[in-house]
Amino acid sequence: MDFFRPTSLADALKLKSAHPLALCINGGTDVMVELNFDRKRPETLLDLSAVTELNQWSEAGDSIVLGAGVTYSRIQTELHAQLPGLAMASRTVGSLQIRNRGGVGGNLGSASPAGDAHPALLATGATVNVSSVRGGRSIDIHEYFIAPKKSALDPDEIIISITIPKARGGQQYSKIGTRNAMVIAVCSFGLAIDLQTRKVGTGIGSAGPTPLRAVEAEAFAASHLDWEKGAALAPELLAEFGALVSAASRPIDDIRGTAAYRRHTLSVIAARSLKWAWTSTNEFRST
Amino acid sequence: MRLTCTVNGKTEVIDDIWPGESLLYVLRERMGLPGAKNACEQGECGSCSVHIDGVLVCACLVAAGQVEGAQIQTVEGLAGATELHPVQQAYLDAGAVQCGFCTPGLIVATVDLLDKNSDPTDNEIREALAGNLCRCTGYAKILDAVRLAAARLEKTGKA
Repeated sequence: MDFFRPTSLADALKLKSAHPLALCINGGTDVMVELNFDRKRPETLLDLSAVTELNQWSEAGDSIVLGAGVTYSRIQTELHAQLPGLAMASRTVGSLQIRNRGGVGGNLGSASPAGDAHPALLATGATVNVSSVRGGRSIDIHEYFIAPKKSALDPDEIIISITIPKARGGQQYSKIGTRNAMVIAVCSFGLAIDLQTRKVGTGIGSAGPTPLRAVEAEAFAASHLDWEKGAALAPELLAEFGALVSAASRPIDDIRGTAAYRRHTLSVIAARSLKWAWTSTNEFRST
Repeated sequence: MRLTCTVNGKTEVIDDIWPGESLLYVLRERMGLPGAKNACEQGECGSCSVHIDGVLVCACLVAAGQVEGAQIQTVEGLAGATELHPVQQAYLDAGAVQCGFCTPGLIVATVDLLDKNSDPTDNEIREALAGNLCRCTGYAKILDAVRLAAARLEKTGKA
């Protein structure tokens, strides 16, 4: 096995082009499990952890451009104000040791339907910025996930960064698991309210072949929220929102839970998320 | 492949590394440092916790080649010439050790916690140690040990 450790993005892209079968590694929290258990034996390992450009974030107008390798720990401490939904999702990842290494780029690279960051990215309408020696392109997060562990990424491409709009309203993230730490989601749900565009974004995790969006639930919420004054939400409205989110899921029975359980919990966590996020949206109203 | 890194303050050069092997394998099998334990090999148990450049990680999830030039601190580097590290002593005194397999990882994680937060609440201790599994103690004595270490470090002003 060859091991490359480029220190510049240009070198990394050249290496990925020359070795399209190379497996990219950064935090290693997914890739090393595959190697340790002999599930993968890539010809080439392309270590991106020394590429500075991938391990920093910046502001660009109304958005944050999050380097693919910025760790969950850093998202929690440095970006919780701008990206509250993703910061909440980051808090649920593995343990401190995992959050100190793992980042959103690797989550997207693995493209598991259970990836913790995905619902938060779907809810905010993020964009995945990828690059190769052929040039760069931006992929709408809603078009990124193709099938279980399959994404729109081409073999010679590397995930560079994720552009995520800064919060303009309340955001929430909920995850169901058997304990508070070290849990792969039984199901999860992300929600982002945008007071400016008067839209509601959603993301469902671990309840379908890919992370999913609850389109009808989004439209229902957007048309029923009292955008002007922020009036409290009626229980019937919350229940209907929960039912629509649940209906958008496509869960299966597996080792972590049954499809019926996932449908039920989604309806509960979606309704709670909307209630909480709508309350915190008031903080954006007054400023 | 040759790996050069600093382990517990000493520069080490290790030859004939297979690039896909983990830092844990390098520490245990190539350097004879068995303090970091090999249990789950998937980051679930925290038994292999070490610091890389001051950051707490699972050594089993780091590829050997990724630590080129890095500073690694293992549990073996904690004790002084004659005295245990206060966290190690607190684990002994509190009876927080039963079979002992998880202890090195827990001690490294506790040192990490108390470096950042000298007076953690119980919830903060639980959160900080959530990635370290113990199958013997039920954790009560481990929490006692962390509180004891925090109190002693506070007194000596070392935290």
